[in-house]
Amino acid sequence: MTKTTRILMGATALCGMAAIAQAETLTIATVNNGDMIRMQELSSDFTEKHPDIELDWVTLEENVLRQRVTTDIATKGGQYDVMTIGTYEVPIWAKQNWLVPLDDLPEEYDAEDILPAIAGGLSVDGTLYAAPFYGESSMVMYRTDLMEEAGLEMPDAPTWDFIKEAAAAMTDKENEVYGICLRGKAGWGENMAFLTAMSNSYGARWFDENWVPQFDSPEWKAALDDYLMLLNEYGPPGAANNGFNENLALFQQGKCGMWIDATVAASFVTGDDSTVADKVGFALAPDNGLGKRGNWLWAWSLGIPAGTDAEDAAKTFVAWATSKEYAELVAEKEGWANVPPGTRTSLYENQEYLDAAPFAQMTLDSINAADPNNPTVDPVPYTGVQFVAIPEFQGIATAVGQQFSAALAGQMSAEEALQAAQDLTSQEMQAAGYGQ
Amino acid sequence: MATQHSRSAARIMISPAVLLLLAWMIVPLALTIYFSLLRYNLLMPGTERFVGLLNYKLFFNNPAFFTALLNTLLLVGGVLIITVVGGILLAILLDQPMWGQGIVRILVIAPFFVMPTVSALVWKNMFMNPVSGLFAEFSKAVGLQPFDFLTHAPLASIIGIVSWQWLPFATLILLTAIQSLDSEQMEAAEMDGASPLSRFWYITLPHLSRAITVVILIQTIFLLSVFAEILVTTNGGPGNASTNLTYLVYARSLLNFDVGGGSAGGVVAIILANIVAIFLMRMIGKNLDA
Amino acid sequence: MARAVSNRRKVGYTIAAWIIGLAIFFPILWTIVTSFKTEAEAISSPPSFMFFNWTTENYTTVLERSNYFRHFWNSVVISLGSTVLGLIIAIPAAWSMAFVPAKHTKNVLMWMLSTKMLPPVGVLIPIYLIFRDVGLLDTKTGLVIVLTLINLPIIVWMLYTYFKEIPGEILEASRMDGASLRDEIIYVLTPMAVPGIASTLLLNVILAWNEAFWTLNLTAAKAAPLTAFIASYSSPEGLFYAKLSAASTMAIAPILILGWFSQKQLVRGLTFGAVK
Repeated sequence: MTKTTRILMGATALCGMAAIAQAETLTIATVNNGDMIRMQELSSDFTEKHPDIELDWVTLEENVLRQRVTTDIATKGGQYDVMTIGTYEVPIWAKQNWLVPLDDLPEEYDAEDILPAIAGGLSVDGTLYAAPFYGESSMVMYRTDLMEEAGLEMPDAPTWDFIKEAAAAMTDKENEVYGICLRGKAGWGENMAFLTAMSNSYGARWFDENWVPQFDSPEWKAALDDYLMLLNEYGPPGAANNGFNENLALFQQGKCGMWIDATVAASFVTGDDSTVADKVGFALAPDNGLGKRGNWLWAWSLGIPAGTDAEDAAKTFVAWATSKEYAELVAEKEGWANVPPGTRTSLYENQEYLDAAPFAQMTLDSINAADPNNPTVDPVPYTGVQFVAIPEFQGIATAVGQQFSAALAGQMSAEEALQAAQDLTSQEMQAAGYGQ
Repeated sequence: MATQHSRSAARIMISPAVLLLLAWMIVPLALTIYFSLLRYNLLMPGTERFVGLLNYKLFFNNPAFFTALLNTLLLVGGVLIITVVGGILLAILLDQPMWGQGIVRILVIAPFFVMPTVSALVWKNMFMNPVSGLFAEFSKAVGLQPFDFLTHAPLASIIGIVSWQWLPFATLILLTAIQSLDSEQMEAAEMDGASPLSRFWYITLPHLSRAITVVILIQTIFLLSVFAEILVTTNGGPGNASTNLTYLVYARSLLNFDVGGGSAGGVVAIILANIVAIFLMRMIGKNLDA
Repeated sequence: MARAVSNRRKVGYTIAAWIIGLAIFFPILWTIVTSFKTEAEAISSPPSFMFFNWTTENYTTVLERSNYFRHFWNSVVISLGSTVLGLIIAIPAAWSMAFVPAKHTKNVLMWMLSTKMLPPVGVLIPIYLIFRDVGLLDTKTGLVIVLTLINLPIIVWMLYTYFKEIPGEILEASRMDGASLRDEIIYVLTPMAVPGIASTLLLNVILAWNEAFWTLNLTAAKAAPLTAFIASYSSPEGLFYAKLSAASTMAIAPILILGWFSQKQLVRGLTFGAVK
């Protein structure tokens, strides 16, 4: 044993010395979304300005990334200097003092310019803990040509009843056109993000003020019934395995009449890869007249783990990647429509952007329509629109998402799925000591 | 005799392997058992406390546990049946005279070299996808409704993917065994008028029993911990329809970050795997006169 | 007459074997073909097998976006390193089990195999913590150690079954001639066992190359092998079949080519004692 340990120590020492000999290297963990991949491609601009900093990229699929960075930060593994995280993680991690506060960013960074709704979700007690790279809400994307054929007109702020009517009218299964595409793949960031936001507009909520789960409420039943009906009657085959990416591919291939999903998809469905780029319209997420819309709020953000050995370099990088100058760089190289959306007020005051991005105003309106501090019709003890900002949420919601995807696959009824959700949520919340 | 000398030498030479494996087994296992007795959520440091067997109770009470147990057995059993039966038939075929045998063999063993992640991604997206996958295209071409594999037959689909990966291994081992079959014995049986079927049943199959045993043993070891294929294709769903024990433990420890619960599940999985192992060794020990 | 019959049979066997062989190989072939399509062609319906504009743009994209050669090199070092280290530890162990069997030899062997049944997810957190403390996270050394331990049982077993087929008398004879134990293993046993060792080496390089749990979870940037490279193409936004196919082809091609070229060596020792 001791010999093994000594060999291990020796190996460690060697690795340590090798690290010192090199220039400062930042290891950046990021999700393989289009905007991040573009950032990676454009990062030569950063390394030219900062020749003393080298960048090492770890690009992973979203779920793998989340698992990797969470494991690393919770065990203080120290493998990353910059992490791509979301609105859910930031407040929870910040409270554990796992993140470096970003309260000393340079003057020209203009932190005041960040959209208040986005900045609010990334701050704890008024201190910013992660810088938003792009922000999103959700909205309805629809095919203007199919809508016209169906003899309907999409209002700017549709109701769920209209969505049902339009989905029925647009569906043409013979020609593989499905009236509506929605997320069905199980996961707290997949079907549960959509369903939680949708249920908010039906007056449902996850917990009452005493942290008692509410899946046995008629509001949840109504929301889930409509969701299942929409996908079963008018959705594409395989909906239970479709997440954001699968639906995006379907929409780009012209197989969806409507798609309710992240606003950030707008630049993809109108981009080069899309076969329907010139036939897409946008509308706010639907409501039921109860005062809440079914849209969420999310920001993929760059955070710096506390204890990194390259804090200053990491801050320099984060400031570069989320700056106004970066937006201009993207605009210059790829066009304004491809600038990461949803983070800065100034972007939405820029006429060039508004001209290039037909979805800009709808994105901004959707973001502003979401209120993480007051997400539901009835009062709740939590914050977060499409999530509940407690550490237990991702596990519980993933398990609940499994039940709902089973209901979508026809393995169980809506009642059974809701009952199972209620039971398992109660059990987990009790085990975690809530409501005692 | 040199026995005394070589015995002690033998002990010295085997010890690095044994000690290393012992350490590799005991250190993580001890930590896992320790964690399994704690309430320990990675996202809530500082709240760890001793809870006794609570994590085990919760794990067993979880309705997903029995589904996962059953799915594990179905997955292992299904893949074993497909690869052993398919492997025998394929090995017999490849043993026949033909043109281009070497190339056919190269084609047949290729899936064994493919990373599980890659094969799962390829099957999921390019074959089983109900809208743009090749199977859907074939169905549409012959006027059928595309079948949605991963929604309506998730476990069977995964069994298919895993079988595709392991069929080459079974075929290779069985083929080597068949080629060592004494051809004179076969010819004699043929002279005596034994039908091909009875020749297979009374000569080939008994000759292959050792090879079949080996295939079962090695594949079981790998199949008990099938994980990447499930993660990539179905995430264990819909519901728990394709969750095996490994995936269940993964969900607890790395989706919920519930290290306590995950560790309890891990300990249970280790115990069950060892029961299977003992059972296998008993069965196989006779066949493998080590 | 008999000649004609057997020739007709041979044709039948050839056709059947080729159809099955091509069917088994088809998913790989299809991946390779798709990697040369544009994204739009990759999902076009009906799909095109041959007649499309062959392009290498996906490979260019993948090479620009990822540091393929670093991942490739890491995979080579990790799989070869762990296999060689495993052989060094396993050869003496297998020797002693095969030629100086004790009462518990078989149990030890079976116990070794049973350590492979340990579900890796169950022990990830402990291993992660240990690796953090000794500074082995994201190092090739760390992965070599883990993969050596994971594959050691298989290596020991394969070598053991192979050694057992070597008649003990030959070793006796060399001992009579005054060869030391070390000489006996290095100069007598090892040369005789070269086919078995080669086959073991190949099988373990393949297993280590394809190992996707530990390699993904214990690395970040510096030591990440091709399994991590694939994880960045698994489901990005938008159309990705063609790029995924290109990345997949690049990840499996090296090991596929190695496997094909060395299949004779691989097969020769891949018996696990199944052939008497």
